[in-house]
Amino acid sequence: MAMVEITINKRTISVPENITIMEAAKLNGISLPSLCNHPDQKVKANCRVCAVEVEGVKNLVASCSTKIAEGMKITTNSPRVRETVRTIVELILADHPQECLTCIRSGECELRQLAFKLGMKEVQGVKNTKRLPLDFSTPSLVRDPNKCIKCGRCAEVCHHVQEVGILYSHNRGLDIGVTPEYGKELKDVACVLCGQCVLACPVGAIYEKDETDKVWEALGDPDKHVVVQVAPSVRVSIAEEFGRPSGSIATSKLVSALRLLGFDRVFDTDFAADLTIMEEGHELLQRLQTGGVLPMITSCSPGWIKYIEHFYPELLPHVSSCKSPQQMFGAMAKSYYAKISGIDPKDIYVVSVMPCTAKKYEAARPEMRDSGYRDVDAVLTTRELGRMFKHEGIDFNSLEDGEFDLPLGISTGAAAIFGATGGVMEAALRTVYEVVTGQTLEKLEFEGVRGMEGVKASSVDLGGTEVKVAVAHGLAHAKQIMEAIAAGEADYTFIEVMCCPGGCIGGGGQPYGTTNAVREKRIQGLYEVDQKSEFRKSHENPAIQKLYADYLQAPLGPVSHKLLHTTYTNRCQHELQ
Amino acid sequence: MQAVVQEIVGQMGNEKAPLLQVLLAVQDASPRNYVSEEAVRAIARSMKVSRCRVYSTASFYTEISLKPRGRHLIRICGNAPCENAGRTAIMEAIQQELGIEAGETTADGLISLEKVSCLGSCYKSPAIKVDHQVYGNLTPEEAVAVIRSLREGGEQ
Repeated sequence: MAMVEITINKRTISVPENITIMEAAKLNGISLPSLCNHPDQKVKANCRVCAVEVEGVKNLVASCSTKIAEGMKITTNSPRVRETVRTIVELILADHPQECLTCIRSGECELRQLAFKLGMKEVQGVKNTKRLPLDFSTPSLVRDPNKCIKCGRCAEVCHHVQEVGILYSHNRGLDIGVTPEYGKELKDVACVLCGQCVLACPVGAIYEKDETDKVWEALGDPDKHVVVQVAPSVRVSIAEEFGRPSGSIATSKLVSALRLLGFDRVFDTDFAADLTIMEEGHELLQRLQTGGVLPMITSCSPGWIKYIEHFYPELLPHVSSCKSPQQMFGAMAKSYYAKISGIDPKDIYVVSVMPCTAKKYEAARPEMRDSGYRDVDAVLTTRELGRMFKHEGIDFNSLEDGEFDLPLGISTGAAAIFGATGGVMEAALRTVYEVVTGQTLEKLEFEGVRGMEGVKASSVDLGGTEVKVAVAHGLAHAKQIMEAIAAGEADYTFIEVMCCPGGCIGGGGQPYGTTNAVREKRIQGLYEVDQKSEFRKSHENPAIQKLYADYLQAPLGPVSHKLLHTTYTNRCQHELQ
Repeated sequence: MQAVVQEIVGQMGNEKAPLLQVLLAVQDASPRNYVSEEAVRAIARSMKVSRCRVYSTASFYTEISLKPRGRHLIRICGNAPCENAGRTAIMEAIQQELGIEAGETTADGLISLEKVSCLGSCYKSPAIKVDHQVYGNLTPEEAVAVIRSLREGGEQ
């Protein structure tokens, strides 16, 4: 790598050529501030708080977008830089609601942290005249346009990572807003409610619709039997809310903390993930044997489901009819569990903890009440659960280890990896292989479907039959596969799609600061959970075997069909008004 | 609408068509001189971009209207050179002749009046622009005459 010599604050240093001033400063121990910059996004250079002086250049330059050059003399700490940056931040603050005390983002707001870091003592010219309405139109997200600082990070993730494209900068000058077209509400556009915009937002301009009060109320109701299920990826992210490194495995502490909150039973979505594999694996086999629609596509990710309903409704027959693990759990809690525990299902209240904002929407779908009761009553994101723990003063890191309750808390390593891109595929292959061939799978790891590559194609030998599979995560990548199917160019048998980059571990309900680097650490955490599991194949889960023996009888049987499978809706975007 | 838009986009290179030019052409083809929501959708479909992107560009430029306007558009410059050269009197004469204020459209839907920042015609201030034609060095009487000829032409 060629190096160039530059001077930063009178210190001459050697840095790789072709990097930006911001990157060069970082390599030399100086983190320049930024609000619009994001490690996984292209440079936007619109917030200007990273301004620095370059000798020979009249105006200050944006360090995020200016490349270094041989001999460049940069000053990041002059009075002029300091005063300018403070003025820029002051101008942003003057146009920002002064509601930090009650803002959902408060402690983790990048703007607030920056103001603190710069030692802002007063904000002149505060104007709070502008009061735009908040968008509460969906079960998943709340958008507060008053807090938007127009950095464009949400628009970029919406357009380029997800290619859903419902948020963009509109109008000009003071009237700029980052909204759907015509300032529409999210319910009136093809928003899939993935919440990637929430993770991208530096402030509290878009966030999850908080359901913690609903859950507090249920927990305080003596007539309710409140059970909680926890999604696979929450166990490798919740500890981040308590200062632990990304990807730390915290299953046991999580269980203990949930008990402290007062849940009557602490169960595991992983149990239902194993159930999903049983149903979905057999659905795949049935499609193969009866000439059903192929390739079959997974249905666990509610953002993905909403996406295909909006953008590719003609391909819906490809989607597995299986409900997601969250919904399967809810249906089982209010039927099977009600039966074995002798509790009236009307008194059972199911809370789920998900890495996902779209799960709130999924739980509210009208078809998700096949037991006669709503499958899942309340959905908390990882962030909301973190807030509940903090509210109760739970010292998460020092809790004693706890174990899930039986029997809906028993699961396998195959279920744990559901949270990582390629995990559902791998879990399904472990089971399908053994069901089809009748032989024991020797190597459980399917490396070809692991990793952060956007579209992964692989093939598996199922007792002499070569089966081609594909895995996509992030909707821009899913779109590539959909276009290939629509063009008749996808000869895959089975496709896994996850809405969010990295899979559920990178979901829109995960702790703030979820970057691609963090995603990879959480994925490693899940593979470690799998590695250490007693059972690693869904069909070997003893609780699942008992569930079939005592209640469901067989995968795809009539009871399964009623409780565990669902239908989809054409939400073609062209018909949205 | 889709057919009209598809034709325009097709002539300009389909997915590679320049969005701003497409918007201007679609606006010109609209009897009410604007880009409707239906047109925004049609452009998005034809160019395979999000509606948001189309709306973003349309809402950025004052040259493009997202609200219906009159068939003819009169723009009056509001900047200093035209102001000094007697723009106010011209504006008043035109408003009186049309019976509308700047930003409004005549009841018959024929003419919209807009105040704009600059027409790039300071050398012949005060200036107004009627559709694509600039008229300069105007007196209030001459401005009214321009409007009347437009109305007569429009009624033919």
